[in-house]
Amino acid sequence: MSVLTYIESSNGKIKKNGFELASYSCELAKSLNTDVVALTINAEDVNELSSYGIKKIIKVNNESLNKFSASSFADIISKVADNTSSSHIVLCSSLDSKYLAPLLAADINAAYVNNVIGLPTNLEPFTVKRSAFTNKAFSDSSVSSEKIIIGLSNNSFGLVESSVSTEIEELDFEVQNSNLTVDSSEKVSGQISIADADIVVSAGRGMKGPENWNLIEDLADTLGAATACSKPVSDMGWRPHSEHVGQTGKPVATNLYIAIGISGAIQHLAGINSSKIKVVINNDPEAPFFKAADYGVVGDAFDVVPRLNEKLKEFKAQNS
Amino acid sequence: MKILVCISHVPDTTSKINFTDDDTKFDTQGVQFVINPNDEFGLTRAMWFKEKQGASIDVINVGNSSSEPTLRKALAIGADKAIRINSEPLDGFFVAKQIAEYVQTNSYDLIIAGRESIDYNGAMVPGLVAGLLKMNYVTNCTKLEIDNGKAKMDREIDGGKETLSCSLPLIIGGQKGLVEESDLRIPNMRGIMQARQKPLEVLEAFEFSSNTNTIKFYKPEPKQAVKLVSADNLDELINLLHKEAKVL
Ligand SMILES: Cc1cc2nc3c(=O)[nH]c(=O)nc-3n(C[C@H](O)[C@H](O)[C@H](O)COP(=O)(O)OP(=O)(O)OC[C@H]3O[C@@H](n4cnc5c(N)ncnc54)[C@H](O)[C@@H]3O)c2cc1C
Ligand SMILES: Nc1ncnc2c1ncn2[C@@H]1O[C@H](COP(=O)(O)O)[C@@H](O)[C@H]1O
Repeated sequence: MSVLTYIESSNGKIKKNGFELASYSCELAKSLNTDVVALTINAEDVNELSSYGIKKIIKVNNESLNKFSASSFADIISKVADNTSSSHIVLCSSLDSKYLAPLLAADINAAYVNNVIGLPTNLEPFTVKRSAFTNKAFSDSSVSSEKIIIGLSNNSFGLVESSVSTEIEELDFEVQNSNLTVDSSEKVSGQISIADADIVVSAGRGMKGPENWNLIEDLADTLGAATACSKPVSDMGWRPHSEHVGQTGKPVATNLYIAIGISGAIQHLAGINSSKIKVVINNDPEAPFFKAADYGVVGDAFDVVPRLNEKLKEFKAQNS
Repeated sequence: MKILVCISHVPDTTSKINFTDDDTKFDTQGVQFVINPNDEFGLTRAMWFKEKQGASIDVINVGNSSSEPTLRKALAIGADKAIRINSEPLDGFFVAKQIAEYVQTNSYDLIIAGRESIDYNGAMVPGLVAGLLKMNYVTNCTKLEIDNGKAKMDREIDGGKETLSCSLPLIIGGQKGLVEESDLRIPNMRGIMQARQKPLEVLEAFEFSSNTNTIKFYKPEPKQAVKLVSADNLDELINLLHKEAKVL
C-alpha cells in the first residue's frame, strides 16, 4: 500500500500546484503510515520535489504524450498505481486532472472524492472534509471502497517544506491509440492563468467599459496577478470568456481576490468563495460584496485603483 | 441520431442551503429545484441537432419521484421521452453505474451530460459512464458540432481552449458556450401540453452500492465583518494585506 500522486507539468516544468500536492500527499502518507510515490508525465526537471518530502518519483517521458489525453494519462496512472500497489491517489483540481479522475476511478474501481480541503479526519472509515454547494457548505464524506482518488482543492492545504533525497525511476509505457484527437490548442501566452495565479484582480460592470481595463491590467501587473471579470462583462464582450468567473464560469481559489466594481451577486460569489482573502473596491457601501469580503474600500474605482497601484509599486520596491 | 441527455435535478442557485436529520441531509423545504444549468445548455444543444439535423432526444434522471417535474420540463422544452431510474441518487458512482447499465441495453450515438452538478459539484458522472463503457469522452465542452458521424468539439483548458475530434459514440460534459444563455428556451403552453402526453418511463434501479457516504454537512463559520479602510488611507490596506492577511 502506498500513496500515489500525479504531479502535472507544463512545458517540462513542474506546475506550482505540484508542490502543494506533494506536501499534502506526504502528510497523508504519514497518517497512513506508508510512503509516497510521485508520478510525472513529460516533466524534465523534477528535482524541486525533493524539497517537499518526495522520496520517490516515477518519470514517464514519451513524445506521444506531449498533448494531454485524459484516457492515456488515466491509463498510465492506473498502471503505475497497480505497479506500486497504491491505494490512495492524490490529484490536483486543474481542469485536466478533473477530466481524467473519473476515467481512472472507473478503471481501477476506486471511489473518487473531489473538492477535498484537508487531511482525513478519520481513517476508519476514511473520512475527508469537502466543499459542496459551490462552497456554500462543507461535508464530511466517508469512503467505503479500498481504493480512493482524492481531488485536492487548489490552495486548500499549503506547502510543507521538507528536504529529502529522491530516487528517480524512469518508465515508459505504450500509449494506446484513440480516435479522439486534439487537433489544436490555444493558450493565452505571457499571461498568468486564473487557475495558476496566487492573486486575481477581477472587475465588473462598475468599470464602465473595456477601454478602462488598463487600470485593472496595470494593477494585476504590479501584483503578478491574473485578471478576471464578472459575467456581464464577458457577455458584453468587454473581456474574453476565459476570464469569466463565478458559478457558470471558472472557479477561483486564490490567496487574494480583489474585486473592483463588482456587486457581489450570489452567482459570482459562488465561484470565488474559496479564495482565502477577498478585497472589495466599490463606490456603493451597500454592495452585497462587502458582506463576503475581508477588507473593503468604499470609493470610486477610477480614483482608488491607480493610487493603490502606485502605492503597491512602492511597497514592492521596498520589499523585494 | 439518438441522443441521451442526463439531467440532474438541483436546487436553484439562489436557494438557502440548510440541512436536516442531524445535518446529514439537504433540507429541501421551500427550495425550488431546476434542471442543472450545465444540463440545460446540453439539452438546448440537443434541440438544435433535433431541429437542424434530425435527432431523437431521450432524457434520463436517477432520482425519486420528486424529480419528475424537472423531467416534464425537459419534455416541454422538446425532449421526446424521459426515463427515471427510481432511486435516491446515492453518489456519483451509483448514478453513473445506473446510467451505464441503461445505456448498454439502449444504445445512443451521443450522450450529453453537464461538466458538474451545481449541488454536490461531483464533476464525475459523465466521466465514470465513459470509463465504465469505454466511450470517447470530452468534458468542459464549450462547442459541439456533428457531421457524418464525426464530432468536433472545443474544450476549455486552463488558460485557453483546445479543439478535439472523434467518431461517435461520444459522451460529453457540457457547459456554457455549448449554447449561449440567450438560446435557452422557456417552455411555452403548447410544449407544456405536449409534454403531458410524452412517455415518462420509470425503471427500477439496478442493485449497486455506493462507495461514499456523507456523514455530516455543515456551513462555513460565520464570517467576520469586513474591515473597511478609508480610500484616503490605502497604505493601511497594503499594511493589513501584508502583516495581517499575509498575502502580499
Ligand atoms: C443562472 C445565473 C448564473 C450566473 N452566473 C454568474 C457567474 O458565473 N459569474 C458572475 O459574475 N455573474 C453570474 N451571474 C450574474 C449575476 O447575478 C450578476 O448579475 C453579475 O455578477 C453582476 O455583475 P457586476 O457585479 O459586474 O455588475 P453589477 O451588478 O451591475 O455591479 C456593478 C457594481 O459596480 C459598482 N460600481 C459602479 N461604478 C463604480 C465605480 N466608479 N467605482 C467602484 N464601483 C463602482 C456598483 O456599485 C455595483 O456594485 C449569473 C446569473 C444567473 C441568473
Ligand atoms: N441523478 C442524476 N441523474 C441523471 N444525470 C445526472 C445525475 N447526477 C448527475 N448527472 C449528470 O452528470 C453531470 C455531472 O454531475 P456530477 O457528477 O454530479 O457533478 C450532470 O450535469 C448531469 O448531466
